[in-house]
Amino acid sequence: MTATQADREAAPGTSAPEVALEARAFSFSYGPRQTLFDISIRMQARSVTAIIGPSGCGKSTFLRSVNRMNDLIPGAGYQGEIRVAGMSVFDPSTDLVTLRRQVGMVFQRPNPFPKTIFDNVAYGPRLNALVPRREIPEVVEQCLRQAALWDEVKDRLDQPATGLSGGQQQRLCIARALGNRPEVLLMDEPCSALDPIATQKIEELIFELKQQYTIVIVTHNMQQAARVSNMTGFFDAGRLIEFDATTQIFTAPKHERTEAYITGRFG
Amino acid sequence: MNRLVWRRWKSRIMVGLMIGAVVVAVAPLLLILGTLVARGAGSINLAFFTQLPVPAGETGGGVAHAIVGTLLMVGVAGLIGLPIGIGAGMFCAEYPKNRLATVARFVADVMNGTPSIVIGVFAWTLIVAKQKHFSGFAGSAALAMIMIPMVMRTTEEMIKLVPHSLREAALALGYARWRTSLSVVVRTCLPGIVTGSLLAIARVAGETAPLLFTALGSQFMSRDLNQPMAALPLTVFTYATGPYDDWHRIAWATALVLIMVVLVLSLLARIATRQRFDVRQ
Repeated sequence: MTATQADREAAPGTSAPEVALEARAFSFSYGPRQTLFDISIRMQARSVTAIIGPSGCGKSTFLRSVNRMNDLIPGAGYQGEIRVAGMSVFDPSTDLVTLRRQVGMVFQRPNPFPKTIFDNVAYGPRLNALVPRREIPEVVEQCLRQAALWDEVKDRLDQPATGLSGGQQQRLCIARALGNRPEVLLMDEPCSALDPIATQKIEELIFELKQQYTIVIVTHNMQQAARVSNMTGFFDAGRLIEFDATTQIFTAPKHERTEAYITGRFG
Repeated sequence: MNRLVWRRWKSRIMVGLMIGAVVVAVAPLLLILGTLVARGAGSINLAFFTQLPVPAGETGGGVAHAIVGTLLMVGVAGLIGLPIGIGAGMFCAEYPKNRLATVARFVADVMNGTPSIVIGVFAWTLIVAKQKHFSGFAGSAALAMIMIPMVMRTTEEMIKLVPHSLREAALALGYARWRTSLSVVVRTCLPGIVTGSLLAIARVAGETAPLLFTALGSQFMSRDLNQPMAALPLTVFTYATGPYDDWHRIAWATALVLIMVVLVLSLLARIATRQRFDVRQ
């Protein structure tokens, strides 16, 4: 079984690595159309997992199942289980607000609120009352520093966030997600709308953030997956074809299909 | 002829036609304003705003009662109509496929096309006939009935313009749905909702027909919503159809005041909700 193998390789010496996110036989469908089949995957805490695969393979659907963003779509149905940060995602007793606080998300296109830079980052902590009100400026600074944006915006925190460049906006969205102090950070192609320099900054940031957070990143860019992740999962047609250490996937994939994809023969 | 030269000419002709359309669209507006100022401005002085009308034949006097009546009735109509209209619009935008929303949308569209005099007659049957007397409140109710479908539809359209990604961003931060709606979605399109509400207010401030059967009009200062009440459009109607030249002058001046009231309202609301951030990225 590739998942257990991967555990051993990623965390040598540890007998029971801490699992932050786990899916067990998870299937998902939009109405009559099933988009995910029997996904089982385990992701360790404080690691980066890349999810790659051709368009329409279900990568984003999987990611959006973890914080139940797919609830918005009428006719969404599922089977199996996802556990994240100690919660069963689809359990009726799970509070959606608590879940989403623990599971931050960064979207494909930067989507800052049309408010000031400060307010964008303060949104989460204010709502969830994580800290006393007077400490919010400190939290905002800390989040912006973690998102490597502080030096660029510290003199204009009261300016509209929409005035930032695309790359800055995306880092602001990351800072906003960090404001909730999540356990897991989901990133849905966070660099697909950015130029190479901004992309590089986000990648460096991911490298820093994995010290504290568990990151799952969906990407179409295989170099990016190879650069930033510890583990890589390859999705195709709604199934998890292969899940292994990133070096393994990119040097000696076990499945023909994976090899064909990473060498650019399809997808 | 050279193709490129022809294309350039085609472009010029089209631009010319569009400029022509704009001129034709704006010209009547300027003509109306010009006529009002030319005919009405002469009769406007401080007394016109502060005094009550004088009997026919005497000069002087003013339309203070109508200004107060219009502000009161439109104000109360706004208090009734805006919350209901905005609330219904939010519901329709949040649950677009809901059956109730579909029905409400259809009814609102029909209502928007209903002549206002029909609304007036309806308000008469509903309130005036039951109470057995005309009242400012009945006028407000009729005006509110005109506002609700307008405000509802514009609110819905404005909310639909907010990018879906903003909603997702708020939900992903752990916002409950109602809170996402109110503090992110509605907050973002608030200037649009205010503009829509304002258009509705401006529209009903100038309505005459629904008031004929409800507020009736009055020659006296009335601040009691249970009594018949004067309004600027009613005053214009009464004086313009009267036999005296003096009355006609007052009608022109009152019409000018009505337009000015609407203008001031629009300006105030524009300033209050000046859009600081651009929603579209």
